[in-house]
Amino acid sequence: MSILGGGIFKGMAVTLRNFVGSYFYKERLTTNDYEWRPDGALPQSIGDYPKEEGEQLSDTTTVNHYSRNFPMLLHDTGEPMDTIRCVACKICERECPPQCIYIEKSTEKIENADGKPQFYPAKFDIDVSVCMSCQICVEVCPFDAIVMNSQFELSTPDRFGGLLVRRDDLLKSNDYYHKIHPQEAATRDQKMADDKAAKEAKKKAAAEKAKAAAEAKAKAEAENESKEDAE
Amino acid sequence: MGTHTARGNFGETPTGESHRLTAAAPNYELLQQEGLETSLLEISMGPHHPSTHGVFRMDVKLDGETVVELRPVFGYLHRNHEKLAENMTYLSSMPFTDRLDYFNSMTNNWAYALAAEKLIEVEVPERAEYLRVIMAELTRLVNHVTLVGFFINDLGALGTPLMYAFREREKILDLFEQASGARMMCNYFRFGGLRNDVPEGWLDRARELVDRFPAFLDEYEQLLCENEIILSRTQGVGNLSRELAINAGITGPMLRASGVNYDLRKVDAYGIYDRFKFRVPYSDGDTGDCYDRFMIRMLEMRESVAILKQALADIPEGEIIGKVSKVFKPKPAEVYSRIEGPKGELGFYLIADGTTKPYRYRVRPPSLINLTVLRDMCLGGKIADAVIILGSIDIVLGEVDR
Repeated sequence: MSILGGGIFKGMAVTLRNFVGSYFYKERLTTNDYEWRPDGALPQSIGDYPKEEGEQLSDTTTVNHYSRNFPMLLHDTGEPMDTIRCVACKICERECPPQCIYIEKSTEKIENADGKPQFYPAKFDIDVSVCMSCQICVEVCPFDAIVMNSQFELSTPDRFGGLLVRRDDLLKSNDYYHKIHPQEAATRDQKMADDKAAKEAKKKAAAEKAKAAAEAKAKAEAENESKEDAE
Repeated sequence: MGTHTARGNFGETPTGESHRLTAAAPNYELLQQEGLETSLLEISMGPHHPSTHGVFRMDVKLDGETVVELRPVFGYLHRNHEKLAENMTYLSSMPFTDRLDYFNSMTNNWAYALAAEKLIEVEVPERAEYLRVIMAELTRLVNHVTLVGFFINDLGALGTPLMYAFREREKILDLFEQASGARMMCNYFRFGGLRNDVPEGWLDRARELVDRFPAFLDEYEQLLCENEIILSRTQGVGNLSRELAINAGITGPMLRASGVNYDLRKVDAYGIYDRFKFRVPYSDGDTGDCYDRFMIRMLEMRESVAILKQALADIPEGEIIGKVSKVFKPKPAEVYSRIEGPKGELGFYLIADGTTKPYRYRVRPPSLINLTVLRDMCLGGKIADAVIILGSIDIVLGEVDR
């Protein structure tokens, strides 16, 4: 700091370097580019935006693997309501921090994708104007029935009902989930398959155990009987 | 001599003397006319003043440009965080902790996760511990570049330094988004680990960013640290003595700027901080002025980079979360956990009563407690200095008001 104003000139050299450098190096720009995102994930030009009403830019958009916006309900391959995973256990409704989920349980059971009779949500509403995208519902769901969507074009002129998403609009197929979150969906499917296998193995083991116990009992009884006979 | 009508409850001036106006320039005398009175000027700065970093208000009483009394008014952003958390399960409060200090959601998550982990006694896997340190130190970089940018902004350098700071911040936020799905409201930490592993290639991108960061810091220091305007505006302004800092419970960079060598990363060595080699910058404590507080942050960023380099080099493969059920009932207990947040000691105090919800949930916010010495630092200074003193404290109103 020998010359007065030297520090200011030093600083100005930095701004000059940044000004010139920004023409040659992207990282000197004060705007970001998202080169790490998958190709075509963000609209590149004005032509990429939806042209027709109802067309969703985000239906084909993978912003990144863990992107999350609002929850959606999953169903397996087939008719949405026949293969819905949700059994209306209401855990997500209870755990939701901003309390934006409303569920009404059905009175009768219908068969789910595995052919097992289960309850289903007669009503499943999510108020996305309240939802804070925290993903707690996804984590607490024991049936892997609710996951995060990455659809973000949700603006609506309807102030009251427009952001209250009903069950039928929330229902999305597992294929769609695979499309928007390939990595996460694969791990979730794997986990579900593992759980199922573990459950079946446990059931089998329990059955075998019961069988063995029954056999042992029968044997013991037979022995007893033969003892009694001998006496 | 002036009888002023006080709207706020100011009380006595610090010295207790009746105040004498000193606004007249040398060689001039204040005209005293019958029936004319002079009085102190009361200004309510805020709650929507750009210099107050959110909805914060300073009721100041001015004599000319000199601050003779200052009363901070806050609570505009109160969201009932603590009572909300007492009415929901332990996990459900996690996303709300993001919104305390919205620049540093990762460290907020960590402080809360540590408290709950003490309650349920769960082991955190090695890889998760490393990622926690990486995320926390990246958060510290985010916080400090933002703080320095806004601090210089408060000095009147609108634009350039803040834009450079935000450019670097955005690169780190991109990393956060890739890992957690959100730039700011990350909600990434879980009791016993983290929500998910980082995606493929993330660590390499983080390494690249960390390798580039010192070059940015060099440039940023060259831009700011010797600038004569910054020196004359910040040196000797807003002095905070070591004694007052300790007595007021100040923590974090602000305490270290007043010459106290106290960093919870060294003192508590929570997580795995004892494995890393880093230094704690602190000033000699002669002044504890705004320049010290500014420089401490610049130096801390260097140390954060050092920690990040070690953590990114050593990070092992493995599990990301221990075995914890999502809803749990801890045994009745009382815990306090604290971490060295970028702003200071961030603590969470929980009382468990054996149900799924905490009986008491309390946050010890560094922003609020560091703000308590604002009046002491501002009195006697100029009104323009009050703005930069507030800027140098580094508050986020989301945390002050909760």
